[in-house]
Amino acid sequence: MARRVNGISRFNVTALALGLAFLYLPIVILVIYSFNASRLVTVWGGWSLRWYAEFFNDRAMLDAAWMSLRVAAVSATLATLLGTLGAVALARGGRFRGRALFSGMLYSPLVMPEVISGLSLLLLFVALDAERGFWTVTIAHTTLTMCFVTVVVQSRLASLDRSLEEAAMDLGCDPVRAFLSVTLPLIIPAISAGWMLAFTLSLDDVVIASFTTGPGSATLPIRIYSEVRLGVKPEINAICTMVIAFIAVVIVAASFASKLSSSQGESAAPL
Amino acid sequence: MTEESPEIDAPEIEEAVLPVKSAPPAEPAADMPLLRIEGVGKKFGNFRAVDRLSLDIRAGEFFALLGPSGCGKTTLLRMLAGFETPDEGRILLDGKDIAPVAPHQRPVNMMFQNYALFPHLSVRDNIAFGLKRAGMARADIATRVGEMVALVKLDGLEKRKPDQLSGGQKQRVALARALARRPQVLLLDEPLAALDKKLRESTQLELMELQRRLGMTFIIVTHDQEEAMTMANRIGVMDAGRLEQVATPRELYEAPRSRWVAEFVGDINLFEGEISSREHHRLNIWTRLAGTIVAAEPRQRVTQANVSVAIRPEKVKLSRRGPVSDAGTSQAINRLEGVVTDVSYLGGLTVYKVKLDSGAVVRSSMANTARLDFDAYSAGRRVVAWFTPDDCVVLEQ
Repeated sequence: MARRVNGISRFNVTALALGLAFLYLPIVILVIYSFNASRLVTVWGGWSLRWYAEFFNDRAMLDAAWMSLRVAAVSATLATLLGTLGAVALARGGRFRGRALFSGMLYSPLVMPEVISGLSLLLLFVALDAERGFWTVTIAHTTLTMCFVTVVVQSRLASLDRSLEEAAMDLGCDPVRAFLSVTLPLIIPAISAGWMLAFTLSLDDVVIASFTTGPGSATLPIRIYSEVRLGVKPEINAICTMVIAFIAVVIVAASFASKLSSSQGESAAPL
Repeated sequence: MTEESPEIDAPEIEEAVLPVKSAPPAEPAADMPLLRIEGVGKKFGNFRAVDRLSLDIRAGEFFALLGPSGCGKTTLLRMLAGFETPDEGRILLDGKDIAPVAPHQRPVNMMFQNYALFPHLSVRDNIAFGLKRAGMARADIATRVGEMVALVKLDGLEKRKPDQLSGGQKQRVALARALARRPQVLLLDEPLAALDKKLRESTQLELMELQRRLGMTFIIVTHDQEEAMTMANRIGVMDAGRLEQVATPRELYEAPRSRWVAEFVGDINLFEGEISSREHHRLNIWTRLAGTIVAAEPRQRVTQANVSVAIRPEKVKLSRRGPVSDAGTSQAINRLEGVVTDVSYLGGLTVYKVKLDSGAVVRSSMANTARLDFDAYSAGRRVVAWFTPDDCVVLEQ
């Protein structure tokens, strides 16, 4: 009976352990092996930070990492701008003509297979005779991640009381002013959560990036992928561990931001 | 442009005999009303929310729009604030058509039902919000905010955020914010709906006091008839987008113009019948359920033969054998015999249900003036329910 009350039966514990193991055991192994001193990936040779040092001396890898960070930052920023505008149009635009079509088109990248998006973008860039590199990847990632920003921001806007904007207008704000002085401060946490989400999505995308990137501008995931094809070096483990740590930090920050956003009505937590 | 709207229909006894319940509002100087609504209509799809409605509101009035939910009262208020545009008709404020004026340029402020306080701003910044937009000097804003805080008794809470306030305090902030710009008209959308009963009653009194002190025109929307009766100088009862009656609370209660108003405002006993004869301002009305009822003839001549007789429960008196005789009163007295079926003790008064021999049920409420008079009329007792012709309101079908 007591077990029931606590909600933790033996079955629950087992299921939870197996589930977590299924999800995280591979990652744990990867992290552990990143500290492996041995040259052979599968043989444990004691603890070492050797492969981390190796990475920081690997010019090509560092370039790829820098490229990835730049693409992620720029595409996330563009996606946030466009995605927020889309969310505002959907949540505040009323029932304009073609609203259903607009929202469907906005959300389609969410369900579109990345291979198709990547291929169609590649065809477009080829047709436009655009030189493939930083900007093509960035644009491709913007189209990929924009809809995620829209989802996050629109749900926040939908939960926001419409009468707040009306109150602002009643007190002398024109609609634009009302949006800037009342709505925007209240959805900023959702917008920043959307940015971070877009950032991480861009950072770990391989498929679309490999279609749209050009020679000499490989992103980190592409670089890792091509290295692994020649055999896994322990250095890759170290890089992956750092990427995991980085993304974990961003995701946690994003979830904090979005929590803050949704609880703003009740709690007085400052931004 | 007469000041009294013609739709008010009160029998002679009104105002002449009975004392006025509350002090009348200051009479406006000009005969032009502050706010004139002319044939305003609004449709949502096929639904007529407001149906060619006309209404005049004078400066300094405390006017209540009363009606069940969905009757269009909030839509009308939102048209005054500018959040909805009328499909037809005109709204004149101070003689000027405000239809083309955007909400943020209207000299009207609104207090929202859910208060709509800005959660990211402090109490002070919420109140100052409209003043900053109006381009007021910093020092003047501080002074005005101080006045408002004192006016609604929020001293010491200026730095709090809305979610650190109780429901009553939020209500005060919303009121202060709406009043801060000194609007010509203050619109209040169900301002007390979110408060508990005790707080609501005290806030009603404070709102009335505030309105009297500021001399501002208040238009309140409510579905709570007690609230409307307590606070307003005049009440417009709305149903299905139309004004059923515009009258003072007393007129509304004692001289409802239609059966719908009679049933909506307060409790009422209704008997349907037919006018059989008329003599000396008295109508003899034959009803199937209560026999012949003698009723005072309303000032406005009844043209139809089929009418309803409406009697408020507190006008129906009970006695064991009925009043001893008609002598001493110049009036014929209506008596209905029946059996008490239900007694509801409500503290200040007791409501009796009396089942007549015809099967109809008459409600009578009597004030409990004596402390030890319990069980005066217990269930099962045979009684006479009686009322005078003047107690009856004759309503055309």
